[in-house]
Amino acid sequence: MQYIEPHAHMVSRTTDDYQAIAQAGCQALCEPAFWAGYDRGSVEGFRDYYRQLTDYEPARAAKFGILHYTWLCINPKEADDVVFGREVLSMIPEFLDQPTVLGIGEIGLNKNTKNEHLILEEHIALAQERDLPILVHTPHLEDKLKGTRLIVDAMKNANVNPDRVIIDHVEEHTAAIALDAGFWAGMTLYPESKCTPGRAIDILETFGTERIWMNSACDWGISDPLAVVKCALEMKKRKHTAELIHKVIYENPKEFLSQCANFKLPQGNE
Amino acid sequence: MPSKTDILDLYFMDARYKLIDIAAFLDRLDRHEGDSDFRHAGFLKAMEAMLNPGDGPRAKAVLESLSDHSKEPVEKAEIQFAYGAPQV
Repeated sequence: MQYIEPHAHMVSRTTDDYQAIAQAGCQALCEPAFWAGYDRGSVEGFRDYYRQLTDYEPARAAKFGILHYTWLCINPKEADDVVFGREVLSMIPEFLDQPTVLGIGEIGLNKNTKNEHLILEEHIALAQERDLPILVHTPHLEDKLKGTRLIVDAMKNANVNPDRVIIDHVEEHTAAIALDAGFWAGMTLYPESKCTPGRAIDILETFGTERIWMNSACDWGISDPLAVVKCALEMKKRKHTAELIHKVIYENPKEFLSQCANFKLPQGNE
Repeated sequence: MPSKTDILDLYFMDARYKLIDIAAFLDRLDRHEGDSDFRHAGFLKAMEAMLNPGDGPRAKAVLESLSDHSKEPVEKAEIQFAYGAPQV
């Protein structure tokens, strides 16, 4: 089995995790900038983080034969302080020409505040100015429905091309909001929140297998870096064909990510 | 596609243990002292939504029942995290 992990936070994971996903068939993985579990105390803290994402982590992944790509932003959880958010945002262009940067992400909303919304709009403007795709984080739990609607409205108001935006962490109540508006949708497989493998497959059976991917979003919390391959095995138990499984875990992420100028697969897998 | 029997073979025991766990969780809440909060009421409301989902799927009805349905961005948030049920 070969697959692409389109959303993983490897800065929080061990080398054993790289070993495991490499053995499971991971060809490439994408790491969006996110919240580190605590609020960073300075703009320079973000500079170090972006260096880690663009320099160190690709080298660490390469030791296991995995291509590592990244998306850059200030995540919505730390964007409620607009002055701070804008300072960090102004630094991001320094890193956008790095060879493994895919676009702007994971931007979005956390508690659906006016300030988060302002910084979201400014990230969208930066993506448009640099002609970059966007990866969107939708809020957690009770905030997801409202936040997904606000994010879709913000994208529409900015006339963003939905082909180049993936709205991540969709569940049964938000998948249609993303897909019906022409966006791509991502499902996150978490042991305690978001989607279980069974529910993710229900969503595929309900909404189809176009413009959708699944990811582990493994990070510092309770999460499983092998979630995508475990879900692929669950699809097999549910009598989905090998071709369909391959489409969801490999061809679909490849199709979306191929819109990113820097995204390339290992030789022989193009 | 799998049949209903296939789905039962795959998921019945898993769903059964989760259902009993939910029942035990509610018993636990009943048995212990102190005041409950909006999460308890939200959970019971979501169970109603699961049993009476209207025309849509049950999972969607439960998720919508546990969602904030306001429309506009809020001025400020007092917390960074989410509870899992809307504060009413």
